[in-house]
Amino acid sequence: MDTFLWVVVPYVCLTAFVVGHYWRYRYDKFGWTTRSSQLYEDRLLRWGSPLFHFGILFVFLGHVMGLGVPKSWTEAVGISEEIYHFLAVSLGALAGFGTVVGMAILIYRRRTVGPVFSATTAMDKVMYVFLAVVILLGLWNTVASNILDHFDYRDSVSVWFRGIFRFDPHPELMAEAPIGFQAHGLVAMLLFALWPFTRLVHVFSAPLGYLTRPYIVYRSREDAQLGAHRPRRGWDRVG
Amino acid sequence: MRVMAQMAMVMNLDKCIGCHTCSVTCKQAWTNRSGTEYVWFNNVETRPGQGYPRTYEDQEEWKGGWELNGRGRLKLKAGGRLRKLATIFSNPKMPSIQDYYEPWTYDYATLTDAPAQEHTPVARPKSLLSGKDMKIEWSANWDDNLGGSRASYDNDPVLQKVSADVKRSFEETFMFYLPRICEHCLNPSCAASCPSGAIYKRSEDGIVLVDQDRCRGWRMCVTGCPYKKVYFNHRTGKAEKCTFCFPRIEVGMPTVCSETCVGRLRYIGLVLYDADRVLEAASHPDEKGLYEAQRQVFLDPHDPEVQRAAEQAGIPHDWVEAAQRSPIHALINEFKVALPLHPEYRTMPMVWYIPPLSPVVDVVRDTGEDAEDPHNLFAAIDALRIPIEYLAELFTAGDVAPVDGVLRKLAAMRSYMRDINLGREPNGEIPASVGMSEEQMYDMYRLLALAKYDERYVIPPAHAEQAHSLEELATECSLDYDGGPGMGGWGPFGEGSGGVSPIAVENFQMLQDRQTSDTLAAPPDKGQRVNLLNWDGKGSPTGLFPPRPDATGDRPAAGLTGGTGVLGSEAETQAGPIGEGSGDNVADRRTGGTEEP
Repeated sequence: MDTFLWVVVPYVCLTAFVVGHYWRYRYDKFGWTTRSSQLYEDRLLRWGSPLFHFGILFVFLGHVMGLGVPKSWTEAVGISEEIYHFLAVSLGALAGFGTVVGMAILIYRRRTVGPVFSATTAMDKVMYVFLAVVILLGLWNTVASNILDHFDYRDSVSVWFRGIFRFDPHPELMAEAPIGFQAHGLVAMLLFALWPFTRLVHVFSAPLGYLTRPYIVYRSREDAQLGAHRPRRGWDRVG
Repeated sequence: MRVMAQMAMVMNLDKCIGCHTCSVTCKQAWTNRSGTEYVWFNNVETRPGQGYPRTYEDQEEWKGGWELNGRGRLKLKAGGRLRKLATIFSNPKMPSIQDYYEPWTYDYATLTDAPAQEHTPVARPKSLLSGKDMKIEWSANWDDNLGGSRASYDNDPVLQKVSADVKRSFEETFMFYLPRICEHCLNPSCAASCPSGAIYKRSEDGIVLVDQDRCRGWRMCVTGCPYKKVYFNHRTGKAEKCTFCFPRIEVGMPTVCSETCVGRLRYIGLVLYDADRVLEAASHPDEKGLYEAQRQVFLDPHDPEVQRAAEQAGIPHDWVEAAQRSPIHALINEFKVALPLHPEYRTMPMVWYIPPLSPVVDVVRDTGEDAEDPHNLFAAIDALRIPIEYLAELFTAGDVAPVDGVLRKLAAMRSYMRDINLGREPNGEIPASVGMSEEQMYDMYRLLALAKYDERYVIPPAHAEQAHSLEELATECSLDYDGGPGMGGWGPFGEGSGGVSPIAVENFQMLQDRQTSDTLAAPPDKGQRVNLLNWDGKGSPTGLFPPRPDATGDRPAAGLTGGTGVLGSEAETQAGPIGEGSGDNVADRRTGGTEEP
């Protein structure tokens, strides 16, 4: 059972994540968008969206630190357990709190503003459930493991997580973790599997290229097609 | 010198009668889809007025276009790259749907379903966004023909720049129509604002387009465009804009708005320009110098040096010839009667306007004086500062001199041509007084008054020798339309929005919504309704025809409708349960669909 939950499920979900994105990008570039609803409503979005998005960006960075960087590395550069702990709790709680408040505003807005609710697809609703559960469990873990009870996830969960990518899985580490961490990890994996099929794909179109490209883009007309319809077979271009 | 070709348009505002045919045909051709109900690539505004979306010209509010920074260099008015990325989660300066208008339909079913009653049933307006009842308070053209009324001019950002006494006497003097499309600017701020780099300027003909596959819906272009001519499709989550009807232009046909213009006031043609000088011209320190600076960017296609450079730049010879015959070049640079719309936005717009003389003529005529006498007209142009200052705010960033010059030329043309038409001796002093020769004046008259289709639209077809596909001939299989049984296809839900998009778990729902529930959001009686305005003419959406009478009905009815695939298959499924226990009956009924009983 442990192997299934902490080895099979992660690999299946992450494969779905990668392959799903490739497939979606290959076949559905037109559907690859934020599907913004700002046109319908601005007042709530103005607060909720930046709160949520900046919050989740810091949460992501926190996960990169906590899961991606081994404990020995941070100790090697002289960050003691106490300092790390303090930073993780304070910044993590702050970012997590912002994320949750932002998400609450956004979900409230989505439900109560008529046009926004009408523009919500079934997939959006499923995604919202998973996303909200993951975020709430994560915030709970931050509070529970650091304040109520001291559980050092960097000795267990992080090692398991890195093991997945090194093809050196340690399901036993995860099996011993508190139930909150188990649930958070599992739901997150399911969210990853769902990811390519939801609007969350817009995460991967973060427009960083904008910082370096020239302002005005020139592009040549595509030679493949002219006029209102495609050329028929046998009518190849000669000039 | 880097020569580039630009497809451009000039509109002669004297001829616009405000019939909105351009807007309607454009809408039918391009934005007749759900998600773009509020979108008008072409709209006709009454000036003075607020425009569409409301007060879009107030750039202190909407932050469109470019401005000069302290060092005299161009920067986006809404903020540079870092600021754009920092505000990407909620664009602080985007017009909401209320600034355009909330699109609606009517609850037509109550009219047809109403029982016989004393009072006429009423179809109530329903929002196309939420599906709920709504109160109609504004639309794309709410202040049509209200040019002189307080209701519209109090909020006109252009009028607010004109002095106070002008405002007071305004209502007595002046009203005209301003048709607007995307300006296809030489220095487009929408493209510069796009974080994804999805908006591009085509290097062949300068048409500015949105790559629908690369747009990610960040909405910065909507803010960036000072003319507010990039729209957000709220169903697909992508930006859309006027395409200058590029599929038509490529095969040498004018845009839909020009083709259908009743007043024949639009001219389309090529302009050659020096791409290396665009930035310099757009950063001209004095706003009032921008009109002249932009005119200097255009190249003379008759100049052999320009022709040589154009050839080196890969512009085909017939395009250079077309640029020589271009009515746009003639109106902008030879006769100098066309002016750009709001050059102070520094985007170098490429749809120019010939300002209207008719308000001046009308005033003179109302006084009982001879409205075609040059002295009367010139005196009136001098006296009527009001319309001229207003026009200057629109076309030359407030500089009165160029507008004054154009109106004098138009007035001189009227007077000069009257003598000729009445068989009198033409008076050469009239053209000379506005700095034109008699021949030039006659040529201008020809172009403005007589020009036939071929002279108004000088459009060289795009270069790719694809003989058959360029012909707009009905020589192909009638089933071979997009989505037909031929090649490709639009997928199971029809055209909807955009090209062929395969069905993913997410967009299955989206596509289905787009194509099947575009009436109201999802009303319970959806089956009884279909929004004919948004129907693309393909297939038969549920609700287009009333539900078939119960399948126990008589056979002639089945024979009548059995021909169409959808209804035929419905007949089959309905017949199934009823036919239980009598297999013969079922078989019998099925054949009834295709054969006459």
